[in-house]
Amino acid sequence: MHTVIPIEYFLVTATLMFFAGVYGFITRKNLITILMSVELMLNAVNIIFIAFNRYLYPGQLEGHFFALFVIAVAAAEAAVAIAIIINIYRNFQSIDVEETDKMKY
Amino acid sequence: MTDFSYTILIPLIPIFFFLIIGLTGHKMKPIISGLIGTTGLSIAAILSYFTAYQYFFNTEKIDGAYQKILAFNTVWINFTDKLHVDMGVLLDPISVMMLIVVTTISLMVHIYSLGYMKGEKGFARFYAFLSLFSFSMLGLVLATNIFQMYIFWELVGVSSFLLIGFYYEKPSAVSASKKAFIVTRFADLGFLIGILILSFNTGTFDFISLTDIHGTAIASGSGIAFMGLSTMTWSLIFVFIGGAGKSAMFPLHIWLPDAMEGPTPVSALIHAATMVVAGVYLVARLFPVYAISAPDGLTVVAYVGSFSSLFAAVIACTQYDIKRVLAFSTMSQIGYMMVGVGVSRYGGHEGLGFMASMFHLFTHAMFKALLFLGAGAIIHAVHSNVMTDMGGLRKYLPITHITFLIACLTIAGVPFLSAFFSKDEILTAAFHHNKLIFFVQLFVAGLTAFYMFRLYFRIFWNRDTHYHHTPHEAPLTMSIPLMFLAVASIFAGYIPFSKLVTSDGLPLEAHIEWIVAIPSIIVGLLGISIAFVMYKKETTIPQKIGSSFKLLYVGAFNKFYFDEIYLFVTKKIIFNYISRPVAWFDRHVVDATMDGIAWITNAVSFRIKGLQSGQVQQYAFVFVSSAILLGILFIYLFSI
Repeated sequence: MHTVIPIEYFLVTATLMFFAGVYGFITRKNLITILMSVELMLNAVNIIFIAFNRYLYPGQLEGHFFALFVIAVAAAEAAVAIAIIINIYRNFQSIDVEETDKMKY
Repeated sequence: MTDFSYTILIPLIPIFFFLIIGLTGHKMKPIISGLIGTTGLSIAAILSYFTAYQYFFNTEKIDGAYQKILAFNTVWINFTDKLHVDMGVLLDPISVMMLIVVTTISLMVHIYSLGYMKGEKGFARFYAFLSLFSFSMLGLVLATNIFQMYIFWELVGVSSFLLIGFYYEKPSAVSASKKAFIVTRFADLGFLIGILILSFNTGTFDFISLTDIHGTAIASGSGIAFMGLSTMTWSLIFVFIGGAGKSAMFPLHIWLPDAMEGPTPVSALIHAATMVVAGVYLVARLFPVYAISAPDGLTVVAYVGSFSSLFAAVIACTQYDIKRVLAFSTMSQIGYMMVGVGVSRYGGHEGLGFMASMFHLFTHAMFKALLFLGAGAIIHAVHSNVMTDMGGLRKYLPITHITFLIACLTIAGVPFLSAFFSKDEILTAAFHHNKLIFFVQLFVAGLTAFYMFRLYFRIFWNRDTHYHHTPHEAPLTMSIPLMFLAVASIFAGYIPFSKLVTSDGLPLEAHIEWIVAIPSIIVGLLGISIAFVMYKKETTIPQKIGSSFKLLYVGAFNKFYFDEIYLFVTKKIIFNYISRPVAWFDRHVVDATMDGIAWITNAVSFRIKGLQSGQVQQYAFVFVSSAILLGILFIYLFSI
């Protein structure tokens, strides 16, 4: 009999990826790396969707669809985010997140 | 039954012309606005004369008595079935008589002002205000209910305020207009309280049901309520306070002399002939209620009137400003009218005082308007209203001189001029009712003759003053009203008032009682002769008398310091002990509470604004850590 990879492996991997993304989002100062961290979080979520789909409802495809949607939306979001970053660079001559604090009080 | 519904036009025409002149007056030539206003008033006057003719001679009487006719009525504000405020026209002998007085004097003043106000800044404004005043006064006399009367009562107050302050660039005129408004407004508070008590008691505002002598209204509230007087008496005394304020009765008289800051035609119209007699009219309007259910109220009216007339006459003897002399004379004559209604009772010969009072109101309106307009002509010629600047004017102003002399003779009570009849009736009524008041009034009659002829001799005889510009006779627009009013002053006494205007509508048999008339003629002539001796030629007698009665003279000259007393009471007592604490409370408690709330909000937000740093990563950190904390919390809660 062939052994199945237990679901915990996927969950632990995804959680590590997700918190790596959160950590990056909070600590990195470069907007590009922050964007990358966001992508990391999204991908962690994708893994969880697919893993649960496979293990809980093997005959259905909703989890896969969700993952595909997330990938599509992430692509669009990356495009928008990079456009915003370029504009920020034009305005501030920098993409350091700590310098873009115009929206404070 | 004659149809009187057209009478509603009488007050509506002036308000219409007020709107026209008020809105478009600045675009027309001044004289046009004057002519428009005069035309409007003459239409109203013609309608009034027609109404009077119809009412007195073409309307059937019931048992020989003139009835109250509700010519027009509409519900204005409807609160409940019982409580509603109406607007309308009520015709009865006194309101019809007042129509004649108001429109006649107003028309004369309109014509006169064409000459007097010529070239003044704000000519159109003046005519607009005159129309507004005429509207208000006509609405007041025609009021069907006490609430309508109150509304128009305030409106005449406003027009009076506007006209006294006509020369609004003069600080004295501004303060005089404020003084007039505040004093009368203060008195009107009494009037309002009186109205509230009265209508609460009787359940009606309506004059017809209030004054119906067989009705239920008049009998209500007669039980003793407070300090030995009935509720009805108290309410009527409060109503009289309003009347006393408007009619400048002691101690609310202080605004009238200052009101002379207004243009002289205004003084003639408002502060001599029409508005100031509104108080008398008010008492006369509610006379059956006073006479039947509150005779004590009438006693108050009589004493207040009598004292005011004596008080004002004494002051009038010492004043030098000719308009102020006339103002105090007005106050004194209104005191006479108050005495007239005060000593009267309802019905029959007891009602003689009421008739006499209305009669005197009528004749007084004519001769006092004449005196004021004459004074206006003199001021117009001399450019001063202090009598020491005048003297020997009879050569320069023949028409004014003759008409002024007629008016002086009339007010002095010289036989067979109009005021002789009316004043004599008041004295007769007082003689039969209260001897003390009779003797006071007799003395006042002497004083009246004295101060009027003091004025006359000082202006027209005395020394020959040298004038910078030779005084010239007034233009025709000014002298025609003078002549008309002089004729009216002479002949108004022959109107059979006792047949037309009485307390119960029934004709009254009135004749001259020589026992009263002869003393009054004697005092009158005595007053004239004393004035003749003292002022015909320039003499030193006045100074001698003045210094021998120094206390009285100085007191009277300073109007017995009433202005100072009021100033003391308001500025020193009310301001310091009431207004200042109230202001302190407002500033330090009411405002401070609000300020405190604002200050706390501000301080707190200043402290916490650092939270919104604009650092996206801080937000994310707070968000994530809070989410984790919440997650732990929920896991902990649900795992138990």
